[in-house]
Amino acid sequence: MKETKVIELEEVAIRFSGDSGDGMQLTGTLFSDTTALLGNDISTFPDYPSEIRAPQGTVGGVSGFQVQFGKKQVNTPGDNANVLVAMNPAAIKANARFLEPGGTIIYDSDSFTEKNLRKANFETDDPFAECNLEDFFKIPVPISSLTQEGLKDFGLDNKSVMRSKNMFALGLVCWMFNRPLDYVEEFVKNKFRKKPVVVDSNIKVLHDGYNYGLTMQHMTPSYLVHPAEIENGTYRNINGNHATAWGLLAAAEKSGLELFLGSYPITPATDILTALSERKDLGVKTFQAEDEIAGICSAIGASFAGDLAVTTTSGPGLALKGEAIGLAVMAELPLVIVNVQRGGPSTGLPTKTEQSDLMQALYGRNGESPVVVLAASTPSDCFHYAYMSAKIALERMVPVILLTDGFLGNGSEPWKIPAMADLPSITPRVANDSEEFLAYKRDAATLAREWAFPGMAGFEHRIGGLEKNITGTVSHDPENHQVNSEIREEKVQRVVDMIPELEICGDEDGGDVLVVSWGGTFGHTASTVRELRLAGKSVSLAHFNYIKPLPKNTKEVFSKFKKIIVCELNLGQFAAYLRNELPEFSYYQANKLKGLPFTVSELKESITKLLED
Amino acid sequence: MTDLKYTIKDFKSENEVRWCAGCGDFAIINAVQRTMAGMGIPKEKFAVISGIGCSSRFPYYMSTFGFHTIHGRATAVASGVKAANPELSVWVMTGDGDSMAIGGNHFIHLIRRNIDLNVVLFNNRIYGLTKGQYSPTSDRGFVSKTSPFGTVEDPFVPGQLVIGARGSFYARSIDGNLKLSQSVLEKAAEHKGTSVVEVLQNCVIFNNGIHNAITDPNHRADRQLVLEHGKPMLFGAENEKGLVFENGKLKVVKIGENGVTEDDILVHDAMEVDPTLHLALINMALPDFPVALGVIRAVSAPVYDVEMEAQIKEIQQTRKVSCVDELLNSGNTWEVTGNPNGSSKKCI
Repeated sequence: MKETKVIELEEVAIRFSGDSGDGMQLTGTLFSDTTALLGNDISTFPDYPSEIRAPQGTVGGVSGFQVQFGKKQVNTPGDNANVLVAMNPAAIKANARFLEPGGTIIYDSDSFTEKNLRKANFETDDPFAECNLEDFFKIPVPISSLTQEGLKDFGLDNKSVMRSKNMFALGLVCWMFNRPLDYVEEFVKNKFRKKPVVVDSNIKVLHDGYNYGLTMQHMTPSYLVHPAEIENGTYRNINGNHATAWGLLAAAEKSGLELFLGSYPITPATDILTALSERKDLGVKTFQAEDEIAGICSAIGASFAGDLAVTTTSGPGLALKGEAIGLAVMAELPLVIVNVQRGGPSTGLPTKTEQSDLMQALYGRNGESPVVVLAASTPSDCFHYAYMSAKIALERMVPVILLTDGFLGNGSEPWKIPAMADLPSITPRVANDSEEFLAYKRDAATLAREWAFPGMAGFEHRIGGLEKNITGTVSHDPENHQVNSEIREEKVQRVVDMIPELEICGDEDGGDVLVVSWGGTFGHTASTVRELRLAGKSVSLAHFNYIKPLPKNTKEVFSKFKKIIVCELNLGQFAAYLRNELPEFSYYQANKLKGLPFTVSELKESITKLLED
Repeated sequence: MTDLKYTIKDFKSENEVRWCAGCGDFAIINAVQRTMAGMGIPKEKFAVISGIGCSSRFPYYMSTFGFHTIHGRATAVASGVKAANPELSVWVMTGDGDSMAIGGNHFIHLIRRNIDLNVVLFNNRIYGLTKGQYSPTSDRGFVSKTSPFGTVEDPFVPGQLVIGARGSFYARSIDGNLKLSQSVLEKAAEHKGTSVVEVLQNCVIFNNGIHNAITDPNHRADRQLVLEHGKPMLFGAENEKGLVFENGKLKVVKIGENGVTEDDILVHDAMEVDPTLHLALINMALPDFPVALGVIRAVSAPVYDVEMEAQIKEIQQTRKVSCVDELLNSGNTWEVTGNPNGSSKKCI
């Protein structure tokens, strides 16, 4: 028998793909967790349709999960996959354009029937030729029939049997990439602990898949990816929505306040509500409201009553919350609003990623209604920016909008677990002198008012959405409105003293091109700049997490470069904002609106063109 | 707490009250302040929350904590206040436009959840602050600035919504009847759960006299039935009329006619869980029936904020995770060692 071909790789991207009912998200997640536990750096990208179960076998119903892992830093899930696991012909059609030339395709040969080929709109019996995939290394595996064979003595009906075939694929891929099965086994045992037959059948199929690779090794390559050289510490895998939820929990604990979340389920933000609902052990109060408006209004009420109050949503929900955000601006109450951005406008692309809510976050309200705007840049740093959002809100008595996106929210990566003791302090501005208290009396330096809530004797006062004078009494005085409008804006601008300066990754003294990005595109812009710099190009990166206010050295950084290109997943909203804030510079743009993250190759192309012009 | 000696003055703020002369709101604020003064609760524990409309200016005239929020959302804001601090006595001041139109959704869901709030619904059947448009409680055919030829829509009856949303407390009063208002507000304040007190209020400018048929002193005795728990449903100048339940319907009878005695008259049971009779009482309208006033329904039901606190306490008794450090380190974690020069993820 021929020896197994062992391929040693720096990094590799695998895409699991099948019907939305095939369990591909779970398969991908289990493989990613297994891989992270082995010490590889990883980045994941779930890509699924908005229908829960679209018509079986059609391209529209294909659900995919891509994971890239490597022995060095992995900043993106990979432009294209080196290995595709396809459970049906539709998965081939949907993913053909996301494959790296020379890659490997493992597919369930049992599912490549005449009927399924037609469902996926293939015209011939050779789907690979139709998709120009002739040069790929293809491994047909009769996954369905081998799963049936393996479970024939379990007394399960065919539907239940077929539900296990993802475990066969997972076992096979684990063998190919030298991953042990123990983590998956533990997961299955725990998840189905009340159904022993499900545990046994899944584990049986998992091993069948693994052993299939072992015995058929003459035709299956095996890959070796060494662990990554990352900082020492304790790590866990985390996705952006969990990191956001936990960052808020950390802020509540640090500030000594109770955490209240008022929210309404919406894709892709729902997982934050789910994650916090699980945390009754830490005293979290979650209020699943009747709509988006009640979500934020209940949070405003909780803030009025002295809790760390949060509302979470996605694009259309932020639109509904607009009026209430204005109330929080006027009442000057601490409030964190998390917007997990998705494709828009209207219902748009609920399960896809985009950065097109920036203008809505900055300006989408009636009147002059300034708020602080932050954006997280990786799944794990959602923790940090959620924490900072709460800190700013509580210390400056101001609403803060945190922008994440579907890519960050659902994507995961290993995260070095921080210690609570190392996080910055949070000091809410709770009033303590009832003699001196006035509802809108301000700190001279920060312009923040004090926070006094029901239950505090001697601090009784009235606030509301009407313009007020310093005591909280309604005022229609023209001068008062002018002054207060300017103060509310200035109060937000003065948050600049709480935020770090903008870093230049690359030529600190300046160079040819500065790539500017913000929020969830960091992994892709950073990888692009790294690769271009390795090729000797004078390209640097300035990535923004603080949008309003901008870091105070922004102008200084921009002035060091000959050309600035703003890369974002919209038609140029951050570029427009920068033109408004810093009109002395010219801004080139790289924009994408496909509901997908950037790819490194398309960014390299845009930037290379700019270098050559 | 019982030694707290407040008077109505302790609940008045320094702000000049700016309702129109003759507005029914003056009597209502008087009744609310009297009620609060007598509750034996420290003043700082009251929070008065309102939406938009004439009645929603209420918090500015109170010396308690107050929050004048946005149109229709007072019930949602107040829900958050109570959930954040269940020890507070939280009052929502709202009108028929605020809670029956733009805030209808929050109103029914508040009642469904049975959060321990007191909602005072000022029903003048008109939009006052926007100067005279018909409201969701205006009768079909009502002529107003936005219905110059009469409306072609039926009104909401607030009590029906309360029953439909599984309400645990509903009472009705009239602005001019201070004594009755104070009495039902006291019962509303004692009630655990959402209590809705509808006050038939007169808008002296845009809908003057809308409730006159009910309040007219010459006919009041025949047109009002003031309900009291455990008492027979009698009305009329000499208490000579009463209600009986016949063929699935309420019916007005006269004592002494057709052999009817006082023993035949229905006795009000506000605590009956089955809402059938309460709904029938709410539906009574002139001219065939008197209008029911007083506490119509006051039943015991699980209270949201109490349940929420209890659930947290129960889970915390057996918790495995008691602080954020433990949470972050729970589940699958792994150690990376031997990379003294390993890089952090942030820079490139």
